[in-house]
Order: sequence, then C-alpha cells, then structure tokens
Amino acid sequence: MIFFWAFVIGGIICVIGQLMFDIFKLSPAHTLTTLVVSGAILDGLGLYEPLINFAGAGATVPITSFGNSLVHGAIQEAEAHGLIGVITGIFEVTSAGISAAIIFGVIASFIFKPKG
Amino acid sequence: MTNKKKKLNPKAQHYQAIQKKNETKRPIFTNCLKAFFVGGFVCFIGQLISTFYIYFFDFTEQTAGNPTVATLIIITMFLTGFGVYDHIGQFAGAGTAVPVTGFANAVISSAIEHRTEGYILGVGTNMLKLAGPVIVYGVFSAFIIALIKTIFSQFLGS
Repeated sequence: MIFFWAFVIGGIICVIGQLMFDIFKLSPAHTLTTLVVSGAILDGLGLYEPLINFAGAGATVPITSFGNSLVHGAIQEAEAHGLIGVITGIFEVTSAGISAAIIFGVIASFIFKPKG
Repeated sequence: MTNKKKKLNPKAQHYQAIQKKNETKRPIFTNCLKAFFVGGFVCFIGQLISTFYIYFFDFTEQTAGNPTVATLIIITMFLTGFGVYDHIGQFAGAGTAVPVTGFANAVISSAIEHRTEGYILGVGTNMLKLAGPVIVYGVFSAFIIALIKTIFSQFLGS
C-alpha cells in the first residue's frame, strides 16, 4: 500500500511544481526554492513527519524533504546542545543529498564529456 | 508591474499586447498529467529502493530517506551523463525537476558542461550555480524556523 501512496503523493507534489511553472510562470530555480522553503515550514509545523510515515518515498524523494531534513537536523541538535545546535545541526540529516550530489557531480565531470 | 508598464513608451506597450496575444498557450492539463505520472513513478522507484534498504540493512522508514536519495543521485549521474535525463525532463517538466533527481541533474549537468573551463574555475565554481539558491534559502529558512521553534520550546514552553 505504501507503494501506491508514494506514487500518488509524489505525483501530487510534482503537479504542484508544474502548476508553479505554468500558471505562475516561475523559473525552475524559483519553484524549487519555494518548495524547499515550504518543506521547511511544514516540518516546523510538525506536518512533514506524518507525511513521511504515510507516503514513504513519496515524501522523502521530492525536493521538499530537503527543507524538512534541514529543519529536522537543526531541531535535533538544538534539543541536545541548546541554541547553538540550530547552527551546528542544520546539515546533520541532509548531508547525504548534498554530499552525494557534489561527489557524483565531480565524478561525472571526470567521466563524461559535454554533448552538443 | 503597473509601475513598469507606465515607463514603457506606447510602441513598447503595443508590442507587449501583441506578444501577450500570440504567446503559445501552455497545455496545463497535459503537463500536469505528465508531471503526475513521471513524478509518481520516480517516487515509486524511490520507495522500491528504500524498501530494499529497510529489509536488507538496518534502516527505519525515517532514516531510509538518506540512502535512497544517494542511490537516486547515482542513477541520475548515469542518466545525465548519457544524455537521457534531458529527454525525460523535456517530456515530464516538473515530474523530473521536483524530485531530488532534478536537483542532482542540475548539479551534475553543470559540472559536465563546464569541465572545458577547467576543474577549479569551471567545474568548481559552476557546479552549484543552479542548485545554489535551493541550498542557500533552504538553510536560511531552516535556521529561522528551528530558531523560532527552539526558543518557544526551551525558553517559553517550560
């Protein structure tokens, strides 16, 4: 069942992105930034965690989960170490996405040649 | 917007009117349908990968997100490198841009594109050009939100 909800919720988040492209005529950078910030706000309100439990990868794969895990790491560290944890903890949970993108970006630039 | 329009001379206003009239209408419904199915499919694959991590390694539903994202980024690297991702992206629009694969594609394609300018000045400086705003405002908003939440729960809540 989680596969079905992953498909539906993931699809719906992509449709929201598509509507921002087409109706509000935002550039991809604006759209993605807006989605990340809204993911962060949703986690701040405590709504993103239930969504992950409900839809699994449907909530963790879209870019909104980026904002969620940034807030998550910050709050986790803040609970453990006080206010300074807000700064030190931000990349705690998100590190996988950013480091993987950077590492494989560099590797790709070694292997592949630009086309066209 | 209205301020901008006032500054334009009548000729430019006329031009804008013509441009607006002749602008191709975007097929919003078909676009959304495509975005829904492709985006859903990407998340479905993500769910397959994270189920794999939950069963064969010690991950929970919450923590499986991280290795899943990393695996999807590896897949994206190959799709981008072989030039397949562009074609899928053209078809699916936000369906491939919104999942984390779109973020990875932005990083990886600009890394490949700028390699001719050298690894430091080309790859290094340009790699995060498109992904930069996402990281910058993600981090900044996360900071503000976590700060507010921490202050509320630690100093006012108890």
